[in-house]
Amino acid sequence: MSVHALEIILSRQLADSLSVPVFIVDPEGNLLFYNPAAEKVLGRKFEDTGPMPVGDWGTSFYPRDEEGNLLPPEALPLVETLSRKQPAHKTFWIDSLTGKSTKISVTAIPIIGRSHEFSGAMAIFWDTEAP
Amino acid sequence: MMKVRLHGTRGSYPSSSPETQGYGGNTPCVEISHGPDRIILDAGTGILGVDFDTDYPAARVDIFLTHLHMDHVQGLAFCKPLFTPGREVHLWGPEDGAEPLQARLNRFLSPPLFPIPLRDIPARLQIHELSGASELVLGPFRVTADYISHPGPTLGFRVECGSGVLAYLPDHEPVIGRSHLYPEDEWVSGIHLARNADLLIHDSQYSKKEYRHKAGWGHSSLNLAAEFCHRARARRLVLFHHDPAHSDAEITRMFKKFLSKTAYDFPMELARQGQEYTL
Repeated sequence: MSVHALEIILSRQLADSLSVPVFIVDPEGNLLFYNPAAEKVLGRKFEDTGPMPVGDWGTSFYPRDEEGNLLPPEALPLVETLSRKQPAHKTFWIDSLTGKSTKISVTAIPIIGRSHEFSGAMAIFWDTEAP
Repeated sequence: MMKVRLHGTRGSYPSSSPETQGYGGNTPCVEISHGPDRIILDAGTGILGVDFDTDYPAARVDIFLTHLHMDHVQGLAFCKPLFTPGREVHLWGPEDGAEPLQARLNRFLSPPLFPIPLRDIPARLQIHELSGASELVLGPFRVTADYISHPGPTLGFRVECGSGVLAYLPDHEPVIGRSHLYPEDEWVSGIHLARNADLLIHDSQYSKKEYRHKAGWGHSSLNLAAEFCHRARARRLVLFHHDPAHSDAEITRMFKKFLSKTAYDFPMELARQGQEYTL
């Protein structure tokens, strides 16, 4: 098994240290990691879900707009960051894996290392109605 | 057969104290040879112990720098081949994505810190930047380099020669602020460089207790170094980059205490300046 790029490893270490939810994906959109804070919003531990392709995580949480319309994966900020290699931001609704509906704001940033290689992306998100 | 000689084992700054001469006071430099072919890893003050007159009949000298912290480049300023006209010196070091390696080296090797600007050094100097996951072949040596976890752009090296494999990660904090590595190998910095190596030379600057107060400084505890070796399935561990604030007696005491609480199945020892290994 190959080792992740150093900037991805360090991103996980950062995510592990944060109390805000963080999601990390590789350049193809495969979910590599989400931190314990994200587990609370998503409703399941990363150890239980494990890595997931974008087609799975992009739809598993039923992301939808204010009118309740399902958002396709390409409309999600993390997927937008993967395709444009630029930061992206959006507020939308998801259902956690336990079925709880939550309005979240997501900011995604590209992870580009010292050799200018695109290694993936990190999304920081939060429950907009949390105290 | 690949021979590995430790010319400098001390971290941070050189120490001339009599109490540090057992494990050595020179900062990192490791020389690798196979017959007449040689490469050098890091240019700490240990490089002053390399016998360039006798052991380097060929015009070319190759020096691989893990990073540019002073303890790893300080010996460059007084490295004989650099001041020998016609000598071909190749310096290999980490790309940082912003400033060329030559410009970064020039900050040190130029006035007022050093009297001679890099451009005036009489050797035929060639500077090569290595980015993540680089691989090159120099004579009998296959060198793989990749970024590892340490402040600033820092490389670890894997050197293969014949059937022998050396892994060199002298400044490395494979996990920051945790007492153990992540359980999945793909999340462990540098583990691919050390996989199944015959000899792993790894940072072990701190005791477990000291590390609790030094998380993020870029160095490992004895415990993390040994766990890293175990996970990489390297066959022998040399504990390197001794803290210059530690006397030989303190280092020995730390190591014995560590050994009394662990049960790894590979041999490990404290790096000692002048020690040579054959792989």
